[in-house]
Amino acid sequence: MKKLLENRNLSGWLMVSPLAVVLLVFLLMPIILIVIVSFWRATEFSIIPAFEFDNYEFLFGSSVTYKVFYNTFKYALITWAFTLVIGFTVAYYLAFHIRSLTWQVALFLVCTIPFLTSNIIRMISWIPFLGRNGIANTTLMSWGVIDEPLEWLLFSDFSVILAFVHLYTLFMVVPIFNTMMRIDKSLIEAARDAGANGAQILWNVIIPLTKPGIMIGTIFVVTLVMGDFITVRFMSGSQSANVGRLISNDIALLQYPSASATAIVLLASVLITIGILLRFVDIRKEL
Amino acid sequence: MTVKHDLELVDVTKRYGPNVAVDAIQHRFQPSSYTCLLGPSGCGKSSTLRMIAGHESVTEGSILLSGRDISDLPPARRGTAMMFQNYALFPHLSVRDNIAFSLKMKGVEPKERHTKAGEMLELVDLTILADRLPDQLSGGQQQRVALARALITRPEVLLLDEPLSALDPFLRIRMRGELKKLQKELGISFIHVTHGQDEALALADEIVVMNDAVIEQAGPARDVFNAPKTRFVAQFMGGHNVIALPNGCFAIRTDAVTVTAPKKGTLDAQVTAVEYQGTHVSLLSRISGDQEVTAMVPEAIYFTNPHHPGDQIGLHWDAKNLHQLTA
Repeated sequence: MKKLLENRNLSGWLMVSPLAVVLLVFLLMPIILIVIVSFWRATEFSIIPAFEFDNYEFLFGSSVTYKVFYNTFKYALITWAFTLVIGFTVAYYLAFHIRSLTWQVALFLVCTIPFLTSNIIRMISWIPFLGRNGIANTTLMSWGVIDEPLEWLLFSDFSVILAFVHLYTLFMVVPIFNTMMRIDKSLIEAARDAGANGAQILWNVIIPLTKPGIMIGTIFVVTLVMGDFITVRFMSGSQSANVGRLISNDIALLQYPSASATAIVLLASVLITIGILLRFVDIRKEL
Repeated sequence: MTVKHDLELVDVTKRYGPNVAVDAIQHRFQPSSYTCLLGPSGCGKSSTLRMIAGHESVTEGSILLSGRDISDLPPARRGTAMMFQNYALFPHLSVRDNIAFSLKMKGVEPKERHTKAGEMLELVDLTILADRLPDQLSGGQQQRVALARALITRPEVLLLDEPLSALDPFLRIRMRGELKKLQKELGISFIHVTHGQDEALALADEIVVMNDAVIEQAGPARDVFNAPKTRFVAQFMGGHNVIALPNGCFAIRTDAVTVTAPKKGTLDAQVTAVEYQGTHVSLLSRISGDQEVTAMVPEAIYFTNPHHPGDQIGLHWDAKNLHQLTA
């Protein structure tokens, strides 16, 4: 027994085992279950354990799938672009224009205030604002900018992306701000000493050094948007769909095998996307 | 005839709110010379350097280089280049791209800037490491990259902010030799900020000692060491006793104090501590008025007639070795 305890290998394994067990039970097992169920057979009234590719065949044979996946990637890409520009700007302002740490922390906390309410409430509060007779339309009309209400403000791709950007920009701000705070300020001085102007410093020093933060933010935003179903449903007024909605519809109809198959394909595509992203930037230094 | 680039500070003042960091200092730096700004931390030496470099605004006064006022110019247009304390190398760029950075900012073609960077790499002897990233280099190598990066702009004055403080003692001595050699080769002015008096003595043609935002004393290294004008300079340069005698305050070098038998010297003293230091023995003694005097006695002389704590001795010095202090 004593000898067993002295075995360094064993104590090493024992130390990682709590985390390993958590990951096994809460991450690996569910995924394995989903993979298994995705091969089962489903009829209108029953689910039969089996190993067949019917669910996948149906999925890849339907034009709806491609449309919905296209939509999902479209939302992810556009949301990513907006959150990146806004998130980078906010983080840059906080990290390089605010001089005192107290103010940096205070303003950073201000950024997180929207998170004190739930996602759904923040999302729904856009509806009275953007609606046909909402604040946006009434204001624009009273200014004389438009003559009749804009129809595309609500229940459209515009409102879906607006909600996504609103919900997820902070996930871009936080990692970028974190990376920027680690940039040695003397590097900026060194660049200025070498004759770089503001834009050159941004392009040649700050952006390259912020890449890992940008990449982490990108992973957050892309996975959140690709896995979302509720925002698309509320903000599009059920008029457009992404993969998440496909899965949630299947679940509502108790079509678990079909939902599982879709989930597996979604998981694979998200992992491939992240894999491609990680080829560009090494984020290990940041973790 | 080549133009000598001389740098002059005219009533240069720096205030941070109510605090005065640099108080109306005046100095003319010798052209093509190695100058050390020496002082304890917080004395204003770094602020002075950063004002010359243009990374800190001048509150009052002006900085002249070759006769033109550079106080309001951006750093890159002053004809100065700065080497930062932690080197501030761009971690994402290779050694070659770090050195060529300022040329890239000027829009020089890649081929030309790489040729020029190659010349600088040769100057600092780093050609084989050109494609490495900064964190793959040792401290000494990083320093040489920083040096090459500063020199590629062909500055008239190179400003070095505590360049040796990040190195270990052995490397520090080697690098200071290289700095001095480089300055002689290039023939431009180096202004080097340091808080180490040994570093300043070893390197500088001229030492500027600063304390409490003002220049205490400036002059050739030997003059500053041998003839300190103020109590602060004498104590900061080290190797001096500061003694209050009836006719004023004086500094005397510890190795100019000799030990005699009691009543035979200039003053009587009691030995309080003895410290063996290799080539010398440091003899700490107390004279009347509770003042401490250190005598550096050559090792061979001490051991022919050793003293121990508690012994009464006499201390002797030549009056010509006494330097009167103003404050």
